[in-house]
Amino acid sequence: MLAEFGYGILLVTFLLTLYCISAALLGALNKSLALVESARRAMFLTFPLLSLSALALVALLLRGDFNVQFVYEVTSRSMPIYLKITAWWGGQAGSLLFWSWLMSAFTALAAMRRWDRDQEFLPWVLVVSGGTLAFFLALNVFFENPFARLYRLPDGTIGGYTFQPALSTPVYPSDGRGLNPLLRHPGMIIHPPMLYLGFVAFVIPYAFAIAALVTGRTDDRWIRITRRWSLWAWLFLSLGLVLGGRWAYDVLGWGGYWAWDPVEIAAFMPWLTGTAFLHSVMIQEKRGMLKQWNMVLIILTYSLVIFGTFLTRSGVLSSVHSFAQSAIGPAFFVFIGVTFALSVGLLIHRWGDLRAEAEMKSLLSREALFLLNNLLFISILIVCFWGVIFPLISELVTGQKVTVGPPFYERANAPLFAALMLLMGVAPLSAWGHSTVQTLGRALWKPAVGALLITLLLYFTYTRNAIALIGFFLVALVVLVAVYEFWRGARARQRAQQENFFQALIRLIARNRRRYGGYIIHLSMMMMAIGILGIELFQTETQGTLGVGEELSLQGYRLVYRDVARWDDLAGGVNHTRAVVELYRGERYLTTLAPRIDFYYDAQQNMTIPGVRSTLADDVYVLLLYWEPVSAQGATFKLYVNPLVNWLWLGSLVFLLGVIVAAWPERDPEPASVRVPRSARQTSSAD
Amino acid sequence: MMRLMRLSWLILLLAALAVRPAWAQGPRPPTDDEVNAIARKLYCPVCENTPLDVCPTQACAQWRSLIRQMLAEGKTEQEIVQYFVDNYGARVLNEPPRQGFHWLAYLVPPLAILVGVAIVVQAFRAMKRPGPAAPTARSDQEALLDEYLLRLEEELRRQR
Repeated sequence: MLAEFGYGILLVTFLLTLYCISAALLGALNKSLALVESARRAMFLTFPLLSLSALALVALLLRGDFNVQFVYEVTSRSMPIYLKITAWWGGQAGSLLFWSWLMSAFTALAAMRRWDRDQEFLPWVLVVSGGTLAFFLALNVFFENPFARLYRLPDGTIGGYTFQPALSTPVYPSDGRGLNPLLRHPGMIIHPPMLYLGFVAFVIPYAFAIAALVTGRTDDRWIRITRRWSLWAWLFLSLGLVLGGRWAYDVLGWGGYWAWDPVEIAAFMPWLTGTAFLHSVMIQEKRGMLKQWNMVLIILTYSLVIFGTFLTRSGVLSSVHSFAQSAIGPAFFVFIGVTFALSVGLLIHRWGDLRAEAEMKSLLSREALFLLNNLLFISILIVCFWGVIFPLISELVTGQKVTVGPPFYERANAPLFAALMLLMGVAPLSAWGHSTVQTLGRALWKPAVGALLITLLLYFTYTRNAIALIGFFLVALVVLVAVYEFWRGARARQRAQQENFFQALIRLIARNRRRYGGYIIHLSMMMMAIGILGIELFQTETQGTLGVGEELSLQGYRLVYRDVARWDDLAGGVNHTRAVVELYRGERYLTTLAPRIDFYYDAQQNMTIPGVRSTLADDVYVLLLYWEPVSAQGATFKLYVNPLVNWLWLGSLVFLLGVIVAAWPERDPEPASVRVPRSARQTSSAD
Repeated sequence: MMRLMRLSWLILLLAALAVRPAWAQGPRPPTDDEVNAIARKLYCPVCENTPLDVCPTQACAQWRSLIRQMLAEGKTEQEIVQYFVDNYGARVLNEPPRQGFHWLAYLVPPLAILVGVAIVVQAFRAMKRPGPAAPTARSDQEALLDEYLLRLEEELRRQR
């Protein structure tokens, strides 16, 4: 009954969303406030309804009702309770419901804001976000019903059906197949919700952008309303990416965190356009330029969000991530095509209204450098997009499948990332409006000399690798520039306000959160860059089969094999094989590690859990690859030394801090528009 | 059944013997690291997007021992890679081969980026119309201080 209840609610929510869209459309066209208000209330209602439907699914998962196909596919009796709950997004149908649930939460939140000043946006925001919600609900209702039950047909085949087929008998399996072991990890429990939150939250700025295009109110209002939405969306998306990397590092057992897998790139692409968008909206706010371009960026971001979900969910690419494959591909394809075409059509229609209010004065002005930053982000997007779709094109044209792997992306993207870092160092020192070589040079020479000195020091003490040295120079430059900016601002405040330096620093940041939050984010990116440079350029590995007491050495570390044991954890349905190895640096004992192999009986799958010794300097990462009690030849280990990789994870914590600083709601009402008018004309968009 | 098993053992033994002279020719049997160095450049032919050196499946373990065997026979890296391409297609390579249609993989991104550069240059020119002469007399220091700091200090001055 519970399954039918859940499906019924899903169906009702779908119809309600359709009503919401129609009422909003009619209300907007007939200028009927009552209809729009009715649509708004309908939108509110989707969230509690979908929560009920989701609760029904979670209850089925917890109850272990294996007659329900989804429950059978993602849970088993031996799984702990928290995994049974998070199995909700461990499979196709459930994760689509999860997407819809988050989407309805965000749309309801957006609908709850005070609309008095933006009445004309409301119906169109409801149409766009409601349309997206309706699409995802339709996928659940028509293609991927999470509440479908298992039936055996007369010919013996078993399948999941929403309604019992004629002459079929229901099937009640005694146990489920269990969640893919790779997904039974804390990182995998938080990673998808974060990524989805990021994806879904970007729909809201897009909805406002489309509302601005439809209504012709193409000033900065839509950007000001959605500024925080975009920042939070960007935060969730970024954290989702980092958590995914951490999960790969801990679970996939290849010693790395990012493999340029198409599905990783699927989530990375909206991040690229989203990051470019966050930067370029500043130019619109400050200078009234790049309005057309901001529209392009938010439309691209939305399309890439849907495209990313399509890539991961449709199984169009078979990769390590694509656990789920289904027949929803064509639906996605049509939806992406239609929304993209409509958005671009609208944009072309309003193109003339979106002309710049100010002129570009100098190649070195901050707006020019931001334009360059956007160009670089889009270039990286081009490389990534082409790398992802080329194998599909190749298969279509030549019938031959090819792989586009890390060398392709690294060769193309490394110089682009380096150029981005250089910009990150230079742009904060350039002025809005105009900068000259002299002004910029005068501000830049000190940090540049400092960065050179640091690079020289690294040359003599750490590495002679040219690429690494260029990378470290750029990192040092960005860090020094950001620190210099903090110091300069705090000093100015200290002198003027007679505060001590730290007081001045804290108040400076608190009074201008977006700017200094941005610099904290720059610093965090550089910490991550240190980690990425370290593991990408200096990772070493070795593999060997050892008898007890024998050792494997790498980079001055010695790994001594001591013991191995294998046992069954009957309650968890897992067989553990755990080796005990001692780690030495030269003769000095460091620690004992326990890499292991877990075999999951329900899923019939192995998981390789590394033993890791983590420091700021490097990670020693040990995998137990193989051990058989019968052959007793010894155990096979793979040993990686990953220099500096911890900076990557630490950087993500600082990143979180930076975004919170930048996005935290201000106590004071929004300051008036601070755009410097070109003439005496005052901008009317002040609010 | 027993005979069949015995026969297969015999074949295996013979095969091992046949390989032996090749082993003896090389200075030493290939190490795991040498095998992995080649496997890393290849992709698993069955599980997509997984490099051969880290793929945990049984099939990949067999392909790695094939690499080991070929190394022991004195085959070069190039020959081994070619063997895999001949048998499993170009998808085992970590990049599209640089030939024929696949050149598009390498040519399209730079061309698209060049188009992007052209668009930006064009837009930049369009935005840089001759406007009122920019004030040039401002001191460098002042030009550098952005409006926030200026505003801040101005407000503070007023308060004092």
